[in-house]
Amino acid sequence: MSPLVRWSPLTRRRWAAFRANRRGFVSAILFVALLAVSLASPWLAADRPWVVRLDGRWYWPLWQTVTEADLGGVFETAADFRDPYVVETLIRARGGWLWWPPIPYGYDTVDLDAPGPAPAPPDRRHWLGTDDLGRDVLARVLHGLRLSLLFGITLTLVSAVIGTLLGLWQGFAGGWVDLIAQRLIELWGAMPRLYILIIMSAVIEPGFGSLLSILLFFSWMSLVHVVRAETLRARNFDYVRAARALGVPEWRIAIRHVLPNALVAAMTYLPFQLAGSLTMLTSLDFLGLGLPPGSPSLGEMLQQGKANLHAPWLGLTAFIALAALFMLVVFIGEAARDAFDPRTTLSSRGAR
Amino acid sequence: MADATALLSIRDLTVEFSLPDGPLRAVDGLSLDVGRGEVVGLVGESGSGKSVTALSVLRLLEGVARYPSGRIEWRAEGRPVDMLQLPEPRLRAIRGAEIGMVFQEPMTSLNPLHTIGRQLAEAIRLHRVATAADVRREVVEWLERVGLPEAHRRLDAWPHELSGGERQRVMIAMALINRPALLIADEPTTALDVTIQAQIVELVARLRAELGMAVLWITHDLGLLRRLADRIAVMYQGRKVEEGPADRILTSPQHPYTQRLVNALPAGGPAPVPPEAREVIAVEGLRVEFPVRRGLLRREVGAVRALAGLSLRLAEGESVGLVGESGSGKTTVALALLRLWARGMVRQTGAVVYQGRDLGALSRAELRGLRREMQIVFQDPFASLNPRMTVGQIVGEGLAVHEPALSSAERERRVGESLAALGLEAAHAHRYPHEFSGGQRQRIALARALVLRPRLVVLDEPTSALDVSLQAEIVNLLRAIQRERRVAFLLISHDLRVVRALCHRVIVLRRGEVVEQGPTAEVLSAPRSAYTRALIAAAFDYRAVEGPAA
Repeated sequence: MSPLVRWSPLTRRRWAAFRANRRGFVSAILFVALLAVSLASPWLAADRPWVVRLDGRWYWPLWQTVTEADLGGVFETAADFRDPYVVETLIRARGGWLWWPPIPYGYDTVDLDAPGPAPAPPDRRHWLGTDDLGRDVLARVLHGLRLSLLFGITLTLVSAVIGTLLGLWQGFAGGWVDLIAQRLIELWGAMPRLYILIIMSAVIEPGFGSLLSILLFFSWMSLVHVVRAETLRARNFDYVRAARALGVPEWRIAIRHVLPNALVAAMTYLPFQLAGSLTMLTSLDFLGLGLPPGSPSLGEMLQQGKANLHAPWLGLTAFIALAALFMLVVFIGEAARDAFDPRTTLSSRGAR
Repeated sequence: MADATALLSIRDLTVEFSLPDGPLRAVDGLSLDVGRGEVVGLVGESGSGKSVTALSVLRLLEGVARYPSGRIEWRAEGRPVDMLQLPEPRLRAIRGAEIGMVFQEPMTSLNPLHTIGRQLAEAIRLHRVATAADVRREVVEWLERVGLPEAHRRLDAWPHELSGGERQRVMIAMALINRPALLIADEPTTALDVTIQAQIVELVARLRAELGMAVLWITHDLGLLRRLADRIAVMYQGRKVEEGPADRILTSPQHPYTQRLVNALPAGGPAPVPPEAREVIAVEGLRVEFPVRRGLLRREVGAVRALAGLSLRLAEGESVGLVGESGSGKTTVALALLRLWARGMVRQTGAVVYQGRDLGALSRAELRGLRREMQIVFQDPFASLNPRMTVGQIVGEGLAVHEPALSSAERERRVGESLAALGLEAAHAHRYPHEFSGGQRQRIALARALVLRPRLVVLDEPTSALDVSLQAEIVNLLRAIQRERRVAFLLISHDLRVVRALCHRVIVLRRGEVVEQGPTAEVLSAPRSAYTRALIAAAFDYRAVEGPAA
């Protein structure tokens, strides 16, 4: 057996320690499953069928524009598959068939044919009911999770890269670089970030990209301290000194000997930072300062739940979705932290 | 040797730990007696199970270790009890009152949040009822007894205000304050300098004569027990391999492992330096200061002097030893010579001339080119090898930098050669550091230094993190390397036995100043300063000499 990538024994022991933490490992599997399902939500919850068969021809409305004219109608506009005229008259009446996704509503589909008034409680038509505009809650939760996770993961990764590089630079260069950068970060960190976020989101047109950059203004700082401290510590390790004594150039010492240490410290923080990013986005959405109105967002659903206390399925759904998500992320974080803790994985030196 | 009257009888004791890959048997069928007032030494290398045995007597491994078989009988007063079966409240009454214990690490065994007076008073109150005045009087009396001067003024001292030796004295006072019948000492001097080690050994010998208690002294240093023990038991891989009166074990050991231990003390001397040897490095008036910085802009408000004016010369094939206690500036010399400071940390003056070039005047790039000729081996072989790299990568790293033209096959061959020269196998190159023992790791660190064919190697306490049984091995290896390659060694050590076996000349440092220097034989046989005399008595006889107090 020769794997393509040969893991160092340290990595293997850490992986074993992570797997040994059952709660963390199960959480990780569930999280990956949740991520996969939510990433697939545009195809699992959509207001167009996966496939239409008509007159011996295949149509794929999710992936191509299918006009009414294509289906034998009059208009040259995209066919509205929620319109009984299209489904019954144009397709079924002419011997064709279509195959819907498991949730036949998009996040912005308003169910105009609902039997009762919106918001409607859960039933077979809408598994989690509808919100006060008559949109399917399950579809919105799935799309909302997808948006939140994409947003949170992007924010976490970008700020981790910035934070790690800055921390590494500061810790390794030391002296004036470190001094000035630390003071700047202290000043920057002392700014009232919520006010600034509110002001900025009032000035800038809110959207995925703009919101991401606004939050990035502050979130890059959290990792700098950890990586810097870890680098300062590693700078005096014997094996870093030994490498310097061998004449290894500084940048190479930084990459080969110091960065892996700093990365370990950074990695244990990532899940917790992801949780922080998700909270931030949710609270901004809840306050109405986040993503543009109509976007599927968990914060907006919480807001709806608060406005419609007579429809508890709205608030409960958003609450349960958020609580489960945070719980998974924190459990993963705890397991990762323990796995990276040298006391649990490097005990071969322990006294006997 | 079943003794029905012995104070402590360990019978057929087996201790196991549960590891992910199966149980680990740390102690295997051990039987051992400690009589009343007797000093028993328990010797073995790290991992031999000696500390596990000591901790098991007080059941301090509860919840961690399992005891498939064995009894630990304690006969302090009247009928014997089995420590392994005793209920917890009864056990607590024995711990600290009938059996006292001193641990290896004085830095962590005192609580940093309480004054020493309070910690000692607590030790009394746990087991006896006494008035505050009586407790205070007794604490002062004990602090004086363990040799802490002006004890009444130091009751309110915090642990961090004491030196390592003083903390160990406080620990001994705490262990003995209830006049236990048995003192268990688990390598209490391993973390200390040789001079302080000698003082502690002397202290325990005196207290034992005064109080008539029994002592179970655990150590890996057989020579130390010569001063102390009535009887010695030797452990190897969890089993007792030999036991007998101290004199008999030390003079005519029977078991091969004991024989190896007794003969482990480094002997002999270095090969003479050939007269035509050229000078490698010359140091003139080397001074090092650590600036003390304060405030927002880190203005310099003062400096701590680490080294005040050191001069030395080293020729090809010559070794110079640098000795002194911790804090004497030995390691500072190594870092200053090789300029291994992180930027802006120190101020260094004086000339370091390597083969006619002043290292202080070189640019960083020029210095980097010279580095291959000046190497260093560190004290702790666990810390000096990057755990994420294979042995081949570690040893080959310097080659990749200094001979980038080398093909990877050629580099691999050189690495293999270097490993083979140090008694390792070329196949070891694909393994990771954690798979090797301490002695093997130190060989890997040596291989990394020697693969570049250096002319000067600084050895910073290369043997002090290793078991005694390995020291002689490393010393012989170093001597052979020097004979073959005519490398110059600068050996930094607090152990004069290693220095005697390896060095032509010796420099004694104290608090950054040179106390004495000269040819090794001369300095050791006729030391001129009191400080050197104290070092020699401590290293060779474990005797404390009146003079500089710790």
